[in-house]
Amino acid sequence: MLGRANPMLPMICGIERVKRETHDTFTFELTPPCDYSFAPGQFNMLYVFGVGEVAISVSGDPSKKEALVHTIRAVGSVTKAICKLKGGGSVGVRGAFGSDWQIDKAVGKDVVLVAGGIGLAPLRPVIYHILANRAEFGRVSVLYGTRTTGDLVFRREIEQWRGRFDLDFEVTVDTASADWRGDVGFVTTLIRKASFDPLETVAMLCGPEIMMRFSIAELKKLGLTSEQIFVSMERNMKCAVGFCGHCQFGPAFVCRDGPVFRLDHLEPLFGKHEI
Amino acid sequence: MPDILESKNLQQLIEVLSADGYRVVAPTVRDNAIIYDEIATVADLPKGWTDKQDGGNYRLEKRKDDAFFGYNVGPHSWKKFLHPPVTRLFRAKLEGNGFQVVPEVEETPDFAFFGVRSCELHAIAIHDRVLIDEQFVDPVYQARREKIFTVAVNCGQAGGTCFCVSMNTGPKASFGYDIVLTEVLDGERHYFTVETGSEKGAEVMSKIPLRKAEAEESETAEKIVAETVLQMGRYLDTTGIRDLLIRNYDHPRWDEVASRCLTCANCTMVCPTCFCSTVEDVTDLKGHAAERWRKWDSCFTLDFSYIHGGNVRSSAKSRYRQWMTHKLSAWIDQFETSGCVGCGRCITWCPTGIDITEEVRAIRETEVSD
Amino acid sequence: METLEPILAEHPFFRELARPDLHLLVGCASNVVFEAGTTIFREGEDADSFYLIRQGKVALEAESPERHSVIVQTLGKGEVLGWSWLVPPYHWCFDAKAVDLTRAIALNGKCLREKCDENPRLGYELLKGFARIMAERLQAARMQMLDIYGTNT
Ligand SMILES: Cc1cc2nc3c(=O)[nH]c(=O)nc-3n(C[C@H](O)[C@H](O)[C@H](O)COP(=O)(O)OP(=O)(O)OC[C@H]3O[C@@H](n4cnc5c(N)ncnc54)[C@H](O)[C@@H]3O)c2cc1C
Ligand code: SF4
Ligand code: SF4
Ligand code: FES
Repeated sequence: MLGRANPMLPMICGIERVKRETHDTFTFELTPPCDYSFAPGQFNMLYVFGVGEVAISVSGDPSKKEALVHTIRAVGSVTKAICKLKGGGSVGVRGAFGSDWQIDKAVGKDVVLVAGGIGLAPLRPVIYHILANRAEFGRVSVLYGTRTTGDLVFRREIEQWRGRFDLDFEVTVDTASADWRGDVGFVTTLIRKASFDPLETVAMLCGPEIMMRFSIAELKKLGLTSEQIFVSMERNMKCAVGFCGHCQFGPAFVCRDGPVFRLDHLEPLFGKHEI
Repeated sequence: MPDILESKNLQQLIEVLSADGYRVVAPTVRDNAIIYDEIATVADLPKGWTDKQDGGNYRLEKRKDDAFFGYNVGPHSWKKFLHPPVTRLFRAKLEGNGFQVVPEVEETPDFAFFGVRSCELHAIAIHDRVLIDEQFVDPVYQARREKIFTVAVNCGQAGGTCFCVSMNTGPKASFGYDIVLTEVLDGERHYFTVETGSEKGAEVMSKIPLRKAEAEESETAEKIVAETVLQMGRYLDTTGIRDLLIRNYDHPRWDEVASRCLTCANCTMVCPTCFCSTVEDVTDLKGHAAERWRKWDSCFTLDFSYIHGGNVRSSAKSRYRQWMTHKLSAWIDQFETSGCVGCGRCITWCPTGIDITEEVRAIRETEVSD
Repeated sequence: METLEPILAEHPFFRELARPDLHLLVGCASNVVFEAGTTIFREGEDADSFYLIRQGKVALEAESPERHSVIVQTLGKGEVLGWSWLVPPYHWCFDAKAVDLTRAIALNGKCLREKCDENPRLGYELLKGFARIMAERLQAARMQMLDIYGTNT
């Protein structure tokens, strides 16, 4: 078995461009490692010299091989260190790891994407894919919730998407100042208003677990079953290859069997506390 | 018919292994316990010692005879050699605007494991599944694993916390060895039956003084191991255990055991199958060179499940539940085998004597069926 | 004149209501239109009706501690605006402003209260509908309060 690559060794990738999305979130364009490819929903482990390594989903267009795109929110030591890096610097990359959204299962169906906060990043490749193959899908809704209007990522793109007639892109925030013309409320309210045929719909959810729990309840009220709902899970990750044990959720390794799961594969544990 | 190695010739086996370039690691007495470390001669083996084990209790005692292997397993397991407690994954150094990664070039030691019990062979086989996966391979483990020479020992007695019979993992070695010994003390006689499990094993055996066993000698050896089966200190009913634990995620017993669990992580450190690890990054004072290290970790630590905003498993209850359900239930889904080989270490080395067999029994007996 | 009954029957809020009950309510209903930017009601004013939104968007605003207006919720097509007409002292708790051109059916509260007093079963049906909405809103409000996206932690 000699010759098989050491899965714990990162490849060095240069940072081409950094774009500020919000006060704490940045999008990085990296030069991809050679032969790199990913499927929407997969993630990489990004290593910052001397600081550490974190799991970050790929947020770019799967058909564009020339750039490897990540959108990162600075929340702790490693993500803050990444967000301080500038164009010309470099990071270590291992990946792509994990399961993907299985978009092929949504072909011919209505699609509902529900994103909370930075959870829009792993869903953006799905949006790119659907728009590039628009005729293959039925009605498509993207329902996106954040804390405030200042926390919205991909603003310019969202404006463009909202202008399209073949995509229903709804945004809601928890609170807004009086000049905001969009929605204010919890994402679940958007689910109720979206138009899709519950029997012929695939839903993909990414965001805080509590948001996904309530969204699932709402989708089920409207008639979706667990087999139609895909969720992206978040767990502590140290290795991404099933060696370190950190990411376990019951019998699943979120790094290897996830991060994207069809909901029925996570039941009956999903929604229980401290799993 | 097996061969016979007289006990006075055991030293020669060690010498042959050393001469073949192996570092012989074996049980040896250190700080009132039998641990695994490099040995030079048979004199380093715990000859004439035995261990008394029970929940939260381990004590060495003198035997009435001169048995070399008259004890069971101690606080160490072979995982410390195959899956080292601390490993450097790589070094990195700054270069211009970026940095370079320097892979590790490690001279992998050739270990001869001397005195491996059946339950431990099973534990190694389990790690093979975890760390030499179809998709990913841990090169540190694999390099060491491929080189080991294994001298197994069939158990001539069972310890107070042993339950390999319940887990189908012992006390007789059935695979995974190069040589297997059964120690026989019969009146004045002291010898080993020797069987080979591989070509490597046969080659080593050809270099030591052996003779064919008499029928009576091999029967005696088999009888000893058969008696061990009847001496198990613990028993675990594994019937439907995967589903039993899944059904009982909310059983009140988890609260009860949590009130005794100190979340000290001892059980995970001594367990021969626990494999969890974490990573640590260090830099030199100037910040020009960095290193990434891997270290054993435990699901009993609070940080283990940390994600931005908090720890997923903040209660002791959830952490004990994670450990035990992983061992006995989730492991089956993940690796198609139990994660417990019934070695009893976690029972012996738990400061409050929490007993995995007892916890399963309690849940089984008080299951609230719906 | 064309009656509002079919429009009422179509609105999600009344979808479960029996026809005869609807028939009783129609007398309290009227069609209303609000241009973008108009205030529909203000905090503290008498709450004498509620609205079934048919089109457009309405923002509920409150004054933040820093004395800015903040939007705490928006309501759109198919949703119900206002329940203060149900509970004494019948005063609005927020400002409501049309964000876009908004069409709605207004139901007069005084008229409704009288019908419900005469016909307690109808009152019960209406209350069930409002209880459901209030529970949903309360839950949503809690989520909004919780900062589940972890922005400030
Ligand atoms: C599959 C997956 C995809 C992700 N995709 C993105 C993304 O696209 N953009 C983004 O901004 N974030 C993403 N995250 C979250 C990101 O990994 C964490 O924000 C990050 O690990 C925090 O590390 P830190 O050192 O900055 O924070 P600290 O709070 O300093 O964390 C210390 C350590 O805890 C662990 N940890 C903390 N939070 C998380 C977490 N949320 N998930 C996993 N491990 C954690 C890490 O090992 C981290 O090194 C993803 C997480 C997962 C599991
Ligand atoms: S569990 Fe079985 S194989 Fe392991 S030491 Fe005890 S008796 Fe020997
Ligand atoms: S769980 Fe306990 S008995 Fe089972 S293998 Fe681990 S230490 Fe041995
Ligand atoms: S991240 Fe290490 S096992 Fe999943």
